Amino acid sequence: MPAGTRAVLDGPEIDRALTRIAHEVLERTKGGHEVTLLGVPSRGVPLAQRLARRIERVEDIAVPAGSLDITMYRDDLRLAPARALGRTEVPESGLDDRVVVLVDDVLFSGRTVRAALDALGDLGRPRAVQLAVLVDRGHRELPIRADYVGKNLPTSLRENVDVRLSETDDQDAVLLGPSRSRTGTTGTGEEH
Amino acid sequence: MPENHGPYLVRGARPLGGDPVDLLLSDGTITRIGAGLEGPQDAQVVDADGLIALPGLVDLHTHLREPGREDAETVETGSRSAATGGYTSVHAMANTDPVADTAGVVEQVWHLGREAGLCDVRPVGAVTVGLAGEQLAEIGAMAASSAAVRVFSDDGICVSDALLMRRALEYVKAFDGVVAQHAQEPRLTEGAQMNEGCVSDRLGLSGWPAVAEEAIIARDCLLAQHVGSRLHVCHVSTKGSVDIIRWAKERGCDVTAEVTPHHLLLTEDLVEGYDPVYKVNPPLRTEDDVLALREGLADGTIDVVATDHAPHPVEAKETEWSDAAMGMVGLETALAVVQRTMVDTGLLTWKQVADRMSVTPARIGRVEGHGRALAEGEPANVVLYDPADPVGVDGTTMASKSSNTPFRGMSLPGRVRATFLRGVPTVLEGKTA
Amino acid sequence: MRHLLSTGDLDRDQATLILDTASELAQVADRSVKKLPTLRGRTVVNLFYEDSTRTRTSFELAAKRLSADVINFSAKGSSVSKGESLKDTALTLQAMGADGVVVRHSASGAAHRLARWVDGSVLNAGDGTHEHPTQALLDAFTMRNRLGRLEGLRVAVVGDVLHSRVARSSVLLLTTLGAEVTLVAPPTLLPVSVHTWPCEVSYDLDAVLPKSDVVVLLRVQAERMRESFFPSVREYTRNYGLDGERLGRMPEHALVMHPGPMVRGMEISAEVADSPRCTVTEQVANGVSLRMAVLYLLLGGS
Repeated sequence: MPAGTRAVLDGPEIDRALTRIAHEVLERTKGGHEVTLLGVPSRGVPLAQRLARRIERVEDIAVPAGSLDITMYRDDLRLAPARALGRTEVPESGLDDRVVVLVDDVLFSGRTVRAALDALGDLGRPRAVQLAVLVDRGHRELPIRADYVGKNLPTSLRENVDVRLSETDDQDAVLLGPSRSRTGTTGTGEEH
Repeated sequence: MPENHGPYLVRGARPLGGDPVDLLLSDGTITRIGAGLEGPQDAQVVDADGLIALPGLVDLHTHLREPGREDAETVETGSRSAATGGYTSVHAMANTDPVADTAGVVEQVWHLGREAGLCDVRPVGAVTVGLAGEQLAEIGAMAASSAAVRVFSDDGICVSDALLMRRALEYVKAFDGVVAQHAQEPRLTEGAQMNEGCVSDRLGLSGWPAVAEEAIIARDCLLAQHVGSRLHVCHVSTKGSVDIIRWAKERGCDVTAEVTPHHLLLTEDLVEGYDPVYKVNPPLRTEDDVLALREGLADGTIDVVATDHAPHPVEAKETEWSDAAMGMVGLETALAVVQRTMVDTGLLTWKQVADRMSVTPARIGRVEGHGRALAEGEPANVVLYDPADPVGVDGTTMASKSSNTPFRGMSLPGRVRATFLRGVPTVLEGKTA
Repeated sequence: MRHLLSTGDLDRDQATLILDTASELAQVADRSVKKLPTLRGRTVVNLFYEDSTRTRTSFELAAKRLSADVINFSAKGSSVSKGESLKDTALTLQAMGADGVVVRHSASGAAHRLARWVDGSVLNAGDGTHEHPTQALLDAFTMRNRLGRLEGLRVAVVGDVLHSRVARSSVLLLTTLGAEVTLVAPPTLLPVSVHTWPCEVSYDLDAVLPKSDVVVLLRVQAERMRESFFPSVREYTRNYGLDGERLGRMPEHALVMHPGPMVRGMEISAEVADSPRCTVTEQVANGVSLRMAVLYLLLGGS
């Protein structure tokens, strides 16, 4: 762990946060029968999978989960060299008339979510769209808020929030540390 | 023309790279040579300390473009370019518009050269009418004209018809002429864009195989020997051509050959970026060819360096490769390129450079008063060259009307300081008169 | 990546990134809204000096699916046909603010020349007998989609290699991506230095077919016969044409590809052209996704 970095959530805490969100989703959507989870690559995708399994465990229903890559909808494409695309996988049940819950690791400026809403609009017409994030670190630049939050984490703009998941990083943790260079942070838990 | 034609006292020049001496030039001749000369009162002193003195250079292969393409070059601007490069005589190729295939056209070019007065312009006559390769031009009339043509060439186009070539070789014997052949088998080079080989295959450009040059040279050597004529081979560009000419000379064929400065230095790899400044006929070849050409020039297989100075307007080169014109300017860089490729590499002495760039070309072209020794009583055709003053080549500052030099951006090791044509400076202090 | 002029300029990672990006973008074709906002406000010029409705339309569709503004600048009926030089045309496009120029030209190296004269990205859509990078890329993309890999894949490229820009691009690209390429043609239709290329060479199609996972057929123009590259169409077809019988000697999974336009009865029989193992129409569909990927990677970033 680099100097000045500390863990703000450890593995068990992430587990508990996701379990709580799963219950909240069921509650808010009255049983979750029309819910489709869409993770935003890269770390939103395993989070969506985990949420889906937890909901299925509680309620014994199948919750479709997929992924929604927002790269082509970003508003900052011209600020960096062209980025590799993530996967978009819409579950077979489609998106029309579903309650789509977007899942991402960190909510920051809100621009990723704005892009995700645009992308969603081109894929179908959900009945409603909700947002679940593991960490809300504040500093919104758009009128966007999360419906489900694992942890509210007050941060400075000079800090960096790094979400690590066992699927992609061999461990579960949310780290808070001094800001790195902004280049190359794409998809590593730092919302642009 | 400079106002002062008075005597010039050249101090401290090294004739043919030898020990420093002074040369007194007056009344068109070298009147005295020696150490510590006292010139007449009115003599202008030229400080030539450390400069090489060579007999004025003679180019067997120059395109002056006039008449017809005065946007690329005129006899005057070409003459200026020649003087800047140390030349006192150039052979103006026949592929003008109209073609120099009659006494009228060659006399016009000759007159224009006299008017410019910057170097002796010797027109080359076409071998065939309109360079069409079908019917002999009036070679005898051109020879008998005031231009006194001795070199005949369809340059740019090969006299590919073997019978026509035989006749031309025979016909010029009557007045001691020579046929300068552009050796290019036409069928093997249809649409050719560059040397045929790895690079052309990769770039998707139609190839100009070495054999297309070599086959014609071999044929012409055999023909020339059969009819007992003189043959001159233009711009030899391949290793195989050098081998064939060496073989032909060994068996007694009266053949001479030239190589261009660009073929002594540049290779086909330069074509990679598709910049047509490197498009030329014959094309730039391989490293192996370049080394064989240098060796051939050193051992005398290749007799002379000729520039194939080929000016083109900007738009002829600022285009797609296949649409671009072939050729490069070369008069102003020739001597420095020869220094770099032949002298600095130890292959030629300055005396041999004088032989390859002045004495022998004058002999091949039967040019009176040029290519003579630097000796008292000889015509004062002299070039002073600084071999230790590197110059960055920039086409836009050249005396030529065109700027298509393939050496642009390169550093060449020396530069011409002064050129005297019959005692009159056409270039002094690096500036044309 | 600033321009796409030659597949030889792509390293393995870059080539793979293009194919991966194309895979993602292929999904767009199945959506109700077949459009992405990515290149909104960007201008792509299709500068076609040769007629090629197929390639031009493919690029046009690709650019439009990425929301770029597309200007078609064809040689016919424009200043180009009135003798304007390539350079002046380039400067005109520059002044119009073209972010990308897709160029098709009969002169080898035209795209390289253009890249020196414009600030935007240049996409080589076929230059003379030099290269046709997007065709090679979409062929590789089609092979990877159908057969699941490129590494170790045995690809025979059959036909007029000498005059083929697709062959040049494919040899370079497929070799970079780990495939084993064999060029098959009569010696007259192979470049003289082909032995220095990173591939095998054969004059015997029947010997190569059983060992090939893919055969790419190149168009052979009948006029080559008049230039003595081969004696007759009949003899060419007998030795190098792909018919049903020859197809039967290929492995079961093997594919037949053709960059189009096909000359039925010459390099390919109608039976083979219409067989499900022939990917010609699939190649066309993949062409749009692949060209979207290239446009995105060249123009989508800073």
